[in-house]
Amino acid sequence: MNVALRVNGKTEHLDIDPRTPLLYVLRGELKLNAAKFGCGLGQCGACTVLVDNEPVFSCITPVAGLQDSEIVTLEGLGTVHNPAPIQKAFIEEQAAQCGYCIAGMMMRAQALLTKNPAADEKQIRAWLEPNLCRCGTHMRILRAVVRTGRMMQQMK
Amino acid sequence: MTANASRLSRRRVLAGSGAFLVSFSSVQSLVAQPQQSSADISNDPNGPQVLPGSLEGAPYLDSWIRIDSDGKVTVFTGKAELGQGIKTALLQIAAEQLDIEFSALRLVTADTSLTPNERYTSGSHSMQDSGTAILNAAAQVRQILIGEAARHAGLSADELRTERGSVVAPEGMRFPYGELVAGQRLHVVAAPQSALKDPNQYAVMGRSIRRVDIPAKVTGGAAYVQDMRLAGMVHARIVRPPSYGAELVAVATETVEAMPGVVKVVRDGNFLAVIAEKEFQAIEAMRALTAAAQWREIASLPEAESLPDFLTQLPAQDITVLDEGNLAAATAKTASATHTRPYQAHAAIGPSCAVALFENDALTIWSHTQGVYPDRAAIAEMLRMPIEHVHCIHAKGSGCYEHNGADDAAADVALLARALPGRPVRLQWMREQEHAWEPFGPAMVVTTSAGLDTQGNILDWQHEVWSNTHSTRPGPAGSLLAARSLAAPFAEPTPKPIPMPEGGGDRNSVPLYKFPRTRVTYHFLSSMPIRVSSMRALGAYANIFAIESFMDELAARSGADPVEYRLRHLDDARARDVVATAAERFDWKGRTHGTPDRGSGFAFARYKNLAAYCAIACEVEVDRESGRVRPLRFVAAVDSGQVVNPNGIANQIEGAILQSISWTLHEQVTFDRHRITSLNWASYPILRFSSVPDTVDVHIVNRPGQPFLGTGEAGQGPTAAALANAIAAATGQRLRDLPLSPARIKAAMK
Repeated sequence: MNVALRVNGKTEHLDIDPRTPLLYVLRGELKLNAAKFGCGLGQCGACTVLVDNEPVFSCITPVAGLQDSEIVTLEGLGTVHNPAPIQKAFIEEQAAQCGYCIAGMMMRAQALLTKNPAADEKQIRAWLEPNLCRCGTHMRILRAVVRTGRMMQQMK
Repeated sequence: MTANASRLSRRRVLAGSGAFLVSFSSVQSLVAQPQQSSADISNDPNGPQVLPGSLEGAPYLDSWIRIDSDGKVTVFTGKAELGQGIKTALLQIAAEQLDIEFSALRLVTADTSLTPNERYTSGSHSMQDSGTAILNAAAQVRQILIGEAARHAGLSADELRTERGSVVAPEGMRFPYGELVAGQRLHVVAAPQSALKDPNQYAVMGRSIRRVDIPAKVTGGAAYVQDMRLAGMVHARIVRPPSYGAELVAVATETVEAMPGVVKVVRDGNFLAVIAEKEFQAIEAMRALTAAAQWREIASLPEAESLPDFLTQLPAQDITVLDEGNLAAATAKTASATHTRPYQAHAAIGPSCAVALFENDALTIWSHTQGVYPDRAAIAEMLRMPIEHVHCIHAKGSGCYEHNGADDAAADVALLARALPGRPVRLQWMREQEHAWEPFGPAMVVTTSAGLDTQGNILDWQHEVWSNTHSTRPGPAGSLLAARSLAAPFAEPTPKPIPMPEGGGDRNSVPLYKFPRTRVTYHFLSSMPIRVSSMRALGAYANIFAIESFMDELAARSGADPVEYRLRHLDDARARDVVATAAERFDWKGRTHGTPDRGSGFAFARYKNLAAYCAIACEVEVDRESGRVRPLRFVAAVDSGQVVNPNGIANQIEGAILQSISWTLHEQVTFDRHRITSLNWASYPILRFSSVPDTVDVHIVNRPGQPFLGTGEAGQGPTAAALANAIAAATGQRLRDLPLSPARIKAAMK
């Protein structure tokens, strides 16, 4: 069945089963790496992407209901050569070990900071609660998100 | 000329000149000889002198460093990037000792066709093994290049220096490295000693250079094996049995084979899998296949409630780890304690994944294995293929924290790729498969007892530990889950203890403290009701938890300050330094006493008694109603020898602290008599942001010029004991069974 999806500002026309969770379409048909399979249960957040600026577990969200939505993945924020503030901040804070959870962390944080770049560390901790990191990079993730907020405020 | 002869001639040169000079013409004559494999060269039986680090196993300089005629320099390591930052640290070492710009270097990691065989990337060994090899190889290559430039210029080597990829003469004449080697390989056996730079002159080592692997990871680059997309690639999913030892009685595959996108159902004995064109099609087919499969299960697991008793009653091989010292007089007082650890999971966020392609009778596997060479050997044995027809390449994965499902996923995909020649197959495990089938960190029981003098000083120390092996790595094919489930199965190998000084279950069972008499016994349990293997720090986690908890109990008995009490029994100067540093930076002496429900704890160990020193102080708050522990602040001091990347060391210690908080407060594999029941993040909860400390500070004690000391696993044990000690200080209750869960804390306070 033909499904039209808006991903990172582009409309993609795809012949797929509409029950397919978004994650597999992003990774499969659209060859995007950032969103990761972690649990398939919405328990870890490694697959987090933005749908209409809200963080969504792409592993449990069928594409059927997303045809009128704006989907943004980490690739849509910036690139190695032209990084978004949050990507710069994660590099500056060296906020990764294995890094498998990081794309999901960044997308969830991006949703918060887009609404409230002045979010304090307490708010950031509460907001990131759904996302798991196994390497124990939490302190750096927090520092990077706080730093991103500062950068976004300065850009305003 | 043979390898032996080349080493001899080199020694003669060294002995003759007293300086480090090898004429490049001899290098050229060597490269004209038939090439030995640069990988896995066994030790030269005539070579009495031990080469530094992994050079001992792969002594040719061009196994580690190659310079192209255009000046491009490539560094090779048999170790793998696991997210610990090893690529960056190794490049810093090479850049420093070669005097070449960091950005001009390339690094090739673990690959059975390209790199030295350094066995596994494990045990905090990468800096000691590969870092030391590259340090020395790079220094020796630099000396060869200087020697060659001296010959060209008719100058003495003393007059030459190196700078940014060139040898530079006093008159300013520059000899770029590429021109000096003219494309020839530096196929020379390394010498035992190298002319290393003065650590005070280091410009690249010792700096927090940003990790080379992070940009791709934060921009959606193809950073992981999970991200590989080969032309024509298909997706596979495994149907694992519901429990250990379950037999596949029947499975009707026709319906599954007719599902959209399904390419093939593969069955061999109890090994069952499906391959489909698209990933979600493979998952749906896996679910249908799971529903269609009928298994016969057996009740092979112990009673979870009485696990410690079960373990101590298993038949054991009793190993005397240490029995030293004598007592002049009887002890005045004695004390003892028993600490336990449950089975715990590596539980990487991304389930294990591998990609393989079988064509023209050759198999290529991309895996996040810790050991490409051992994994290749096990897989070749399983497939009954000549080992040289199997090529294993490390590709980054999630985690790993030692031996998880990576090798098994590689074996699974190897079987599937062989069943579908010509098409690359990508397999990722499902969450519940990783949680059920990865080899867990073994459950352990540790008893410690001490005899004290009238001042409370320890005179007699006894430590007994009960544990399974801490390594079931490949190894023989039978180490692999898939190999054990085939119709013609490979037998699970008989487990063996890892010998000291590294040890397995007995790792860090010998305290670094000095007592008049010390006895340590390892009750090695060969029967393994639950699949186990290496998990970060191995037995050190539970042994240090026990020792450092017990030290606090003994200090309390004699009314001593826990830090002072430790120092009283510690004569290693570097150990004393990290203890003092952590205590000072934490403001241990000024810490708050008697604040209701708050407490501070301290712990120390030197990992394996031969790697990094690490002391940790922490403060926690305990909620009496819920039994919940909120870690407030952590301060660590670490001595990793010569520091290569301070930010990398801090990242490793921070990670160890946070991960160990998670193990220590939250984690326990659960099971019934048939099945593992902790199958996802709801039934196996780990640390979330709400339990993350307010602050974590890591202080590094640099030791310029000293050997690298492995750091990645050094924080695990001290964190556990520091937490237990802080909880005891906050509540007055001593908890000795991991995890230190809210239920246990609540029960203890009643």
